[in-house]
Parts: sequence; structure tokens; C-alpha cells
Amino acid sequence: MPAYLDHAATTPMRPEAVAAMLPFLTDQFGNPSGSHAWSRAARQAIEEARDVVAACLGARPGEVVFTGSGTEADNLALFGVHAVRGGTVVCTAVEHHAVLHSVQALGGRVTGVDGAGTVDLDALSDALDDTVSVVSVMLANNEVGTVEPLDAVVAVVREGAPGAVLHTDAVQAFPWVDVAALAAGADLVAVAAHKFGGPKGVGALVVREGVKMAPLLHGGGQERDRRSGTHNVAGIVAMAAAMRATLEHRADTVARIGPLRDRLVDGLLAAVEGSVETGDRARKIAGNAHVSFDGVESEALLVLLDDVGVAASAGSACTSGAVEPSHVLEAMGVDRRRALGALRLSLGWPSTEADIELALKAVPEAVAQLRSA
Amino acid sequence: MSGGVDSSMAAALLLEQGHDVVGATMRLWDGGPDTPGCCSVSEIEDARRVAQQLGIDHWVFNFMDDFEQRVVGPYVAGHATGETPNPCIECNRHVKFARFLRRAVQLGFDGIATGHHARVEPAGGRHRLRRGADSAKDQSYVLYVLGQHELARCQFPVGALTKAEVRRRATALGLRTADKPDSQEVCFVTAGGGREALLRERIPLRAGRVVDSAGALMGDVDAVELVTVGQRRGLGVASGARRYALAVDVASATVTIGRADELLVDEVALRDLTWVDAPVTGPVLAQCSAHAPAERATFDGAVVHFAIPRRRVARGQSVVLYDEIDDYVLGGGIAA
Repeated sequence: MPAYLDHAATTPMRPEAVAAMLPFLTDQFGNPSGSHAWSRAARQAIEEARDVVAACLGARPGEVVFTGSGTEADNLALFGVHAVRGGTVVCTAVEHHAVLHSVQALGGRVTGVDGAGTVDLDALSDALDDTVSVVSVMLANNEVGTVEPLDAVVAVVREGAPGAVLHTDAVQAFPWVDVAALAAGADLVAVAAHKFGGPKGVGALVVREGVKMAPLLHGGGQERDRRSGTHNVAGIVAMAAAMRATLEHRADTVARIGPLRDRLVDGLLAAVEGSVETGDRARKIAGNAHVSFDGVESEALLVLLDDVGVAASAGSACTSGAVEPSHVLEAMGVDRRRALGALRLSLGWPSTEADIELALKAVPEAVAQLRSA
Repeated sequence: MSGGVDSSMAAALLLEQGHDVVGATMRLWDGGPDTPGCCSVSEIEDARRVAQQLGIDHWVFNFMDDFEQRVVGPYVAGHATGETPNPCIECNRHVKFARFLRRAVQLGFDGIATGHHARVEPAGGRHRLRRGADSAKDQSYVLYVLGQHELARCQFPVGALTKAEVRRRATALGLRTADKPDSQEVCFVTAGGGREALLRERIPLRAGRVVDSAGALMGDVDAVELVTVGQRRGLGVASGARRYALAVDVASATVTIGRADELLVDEVALRDLTWVDAPVTGPVLAQCSAHAPAERATFDGAVVHFAIPRRRVARGQSVVLYDEIDDYVLGGGIAA
């Protein structure tokens, strides 16, 4: 049995989500932007999904904007608000590229983190002033799993840049932590369905009432003029179903997966000499295991692991498929040699003990092979 | 697999021969999203698509660090001292048949294959490096840096075919790279605005004086670092008679020019000698650039003595020594 340990990249769909979307891929194919029965059915499905998504994210239905991905939600947050307000945008150095590259494209400021990947609040405070219009701090990091102290961030932003809007990329956080509570102080919250058992190609952005933004996509004026384009009805319905299922099982999942992750990391640290865990486990989401192996190149390690059916990742893969040096590890001050030997094993709701057993066997063997060659 | 037809067909031939094959593409250079050429996303996609068509796995390895450190950096540094380095050879020496080969062995593979037009032939427990069957496409010149360790672990499956045959067979297999044009230039140089743009970005280019052999001022050039020994055009000389760059002295920003006959030399000293098998002295054929014919010469262990005087070899260029029937690579070195 292979072991899929790359849930931070994407998760398999939850059966509830598959079941929820199927009717909208077959009989109920109507375009929600219309007036006949087919449209009404689709529209109702969208609005019911919106109610669910809003409830799961601690928002009101009117505050939920459906998008085509988490990346689009992040882009909409940054470019959408900046288009209306101008000013300076700020983010941390460990953001996902969807945020980081957007901030860089807007000529914004990037602030540092500590050795565990936690935002440096003093540095953030220093980066704030009256010109700042948007601040973006992720809720959980995609590479090392660190959960950012968003309450403290909110306080710093309200004091240092009272007029600024706070955006949080909660794409990695949703399967593991109570986003509704932790992101309650944020003005904008982005999620992506495929990270929690929904389909690819659908995401959502919470836009708290009163936050003004311009759309990225112009056209039919869907989503209250904030996101034109025919709704991905099946995807939206499935995202809502996946969200509901995730919330329903989240406490159990965290309680089961956390110890599995601990066994995996502790096992690897014990079995492989010259291995180091990245980040502070107490501050991580339950599914993230991140370990570096001295003297090993993760690019080669991934090939050997794939060969024995273990799906893992390293750094962030660029479009070509090559492993790129990790900007997250660099920002955390991890030295280059350790960064080159970094391996991310990310667990998800379907992960089992068997997956962990296989990884605990395969990773030390692969490391040994690479070190002996 | 570079995304070209030769390496695509090399993979296909290995499969036909019954090997376990995995495709690999080295990512060496980032010219930006819109640049064509090797290492661009579109080339890597072509390589991956061919691997999919062949039903083999495909991996992309990021060797940009080594490429910068071992190939691009020295290429620029060479120009800064008036040399004309061959970066393809340095890539073969330090990256393709070194880091990439090590990676393959580390992963448990017996060796690597590339789409070079050249042949490896076993001979009594040793390996010989032979010109490709298609003399017009032969690439053995850029492979002279391979020794026994590398040759024992390398195959060049298309080396036994003509280019036309490679294309015909790739077409027959329906490979999407079958009719792609051949790459001509240095990969990282085409990727930007040419050699000048690359160098201008990295080193200060200095205007220089152009003088004749007697020291008389004849003209000027915008950048002495861009002048290659033997070059005729672009020397800022109005004179009707043909004049060639005889020497480039970057330190004094001086290019010395002269007539074609002044360019002739009967020897070239080599550094960084490397041998396919054992060191060789005596009569050889010496090839002084990728596409020049090999010339009769004698090698004394340090200096190549040409039977017939030839235009001087620019410093930094590789001189590759072939056996007397002009078929097997013996070794070579860099013009000092």
C-alpha cells in the first residue's frame, strides 16, 4: 500500500463532497444567473452553500465571495483592496506565493519571522504606518505548519496602521484549527476547497461588511459585483459539503492525526542520524511533519520515496516541477545545507498508521542509500 | 531530456533496447517566463510530455546553483580576462556528467544517457569515445572531458544514427519533439539579449584601443571583453584591407589587429589536460572548435604543434585531440 503524505498539497475528496456535487454535474446543470427553474435550482444550491461556508468561517452569508481558487482569493484580497485604497501592502516573508508575489507585484513590504516561522511582531509593527492599506498574515504556514498568532497581529495592526485592512490566508489552516474563531479579527479570510476534501478549482474569500474592494474579473457581475464569471455550482456545493464534514470531524481528526504525526517525526529523528525537525511542534497544525536530513538532497530523496510509494514534498515546486529553494526556510534563518535536505510529510484526515509505518521504513532507508552513494 | 528531438529519441531507443528508463531534465537557468530555449518551462513541458508518451517517469532536477558556480560564473570571468570559454564543455565536465551522473548513481541507476551525437564503445574492459555516425552533427568535441569513469556509465543512443534518421524515427513514434528545430546557441546566452547583454549585466565592459602590430592606433571598440581572437568584424577599423584580432589584452584595454597571415601560428599550449584513457603524445589530429575540421599535428605533452600553420586559437577555447583516423577522441585541453 502506498502512503500519500502530501495533504498540504491537496487532499482526496470527502465522499460527502463527491455526493453533493454529482447532481450539479448531471441533471442540475442550470446557470444560477437566470430566471427559469433550472437557474433557480442552481441559485438555491449556491445560496445554501454560501450559508454553510459563512457559518463554518464565522462570517455572514453576504460576506462570502466564491472564487476559482485560494490563489484567486488571496489576489482578490490584495489587489482588490489596493485598487480602491492604494497605499502600501505588507505581508510576512513566509506567506504562500499567492500572497508574497502579489505583495511584491504591488511594491509592498515584507517582514520577518522567528526561527519557528512565527511572525516577528516588532518587525511587523515597524513596517506599519499611515500609508499601509492592507496587511496579510497567514493563519497556518504551508511548508512548516506554524500557526500565526492572529490575535496579536490584529492588535499590532490596529495600533500601527489603524486604517489598514487585515487579510489572512487560511488555506492550510482550515482542516486543523477553528478558523472562525482564530480569524475573527481579520477583515479578509481566504480558503481553498481542495485542501479539506473539496474539489480543485474553487475557493472563497470572506470580505467583512464595510470593506471596499474592486473586482479582479469584470463581466456579469456575479458575487455582488466582486467576482464575475459563471459560478462553479458543483464545486461550490461540494466545498460547502467538505467544510461541513471537516468541521464535524475536526476535533477527532486532530486528536487522531496529531499523535500519528508525533510518532512519525519522533521516529524519524530517532532512526536517522543528523536529522532535525523544523519549527516548533507546539505551534504547528497537527498534520505537518517537517524534517531535514543532513547531507541529503531532498530532490533525490523524493525520487526514492516515490519509487516505494511514499508521496512527500520539499520546498515548493515551481511550474517546471523542479524543487526550488524554500523562501520559508530562508526567512526562518535555516541554513542552506539544512534547507536543501528538507522533507515535508503532510498528513490529512484519511492518513492511517500504515502510512506512518511505511514512511518510517522508507525514509530512513532512502536517506541511508543517498548517504552511502 | 532537454525537450529536443535527440534526447527524446535517446529515451525511446533505450526503451527499445529493454532498459528501465526514467526521464530527467536538468533545470540549470532561469531566463524568466517568456524566454524560449533550454530550461524554459515550455522545454521542460516538452520533455515531460515525451516521457508521458513513452510511458516513463520524468523528473526535473534543479542544478541552478552548480550551473551558476561552475559554468556561467567562469564564462563571465573568462571574458573579463580576454578568454573565449566554451560553456557547453564546462557544463558537461561539471554538471551533466558530474552532478547529474552522481545523482543518477545515487538513485540506484546504472548510468545516464543523453542525446549527444557521439558513440561510446567498449574495448577490452575500457571505453572509447567515438565521433557520431552523422559527421555533420558529431558532438564528440564537447565530450572530450569524459574519462573512463564517466564513459563506463554513459550511453549516447542516437550517436549511431544520422539526424535525419533520428527525426524520421521520432516522427514514426509520434513524439511531439520530432520536428523541433535544432538548438544552436549557448542555452543561457540565447535566453537573454545575447552574450553582450549577459556580460554587461555582470561585469563592467571597457572601451578599448585597436592598434596594429607596430602599436599604431587603428580604431576603437566599445568593449574589449567582447572581442575574440581571430574576429574580423566590429573592430572599428575603416581600412579596406581585411584585419583580424590577433590578441586581446583586457588589462590595458588593447586589441591588436593584423593581416590574416599575422594570425597564423604553428602551435598552441594546452592547460587542464584531460584524457579519455591514458595520456597520449605523438601524432594526432587536433580540432580547435566545435565545427572546425581536425588538423594534423603532434602533441608533445604540453603543446600542440600543427603540421600546417593555422589561425591562432583564442585563449579559453578547447583543443580536442583525435586519433590519426579522425574517429576516436583521445582527450584535450584548453588553449592557454
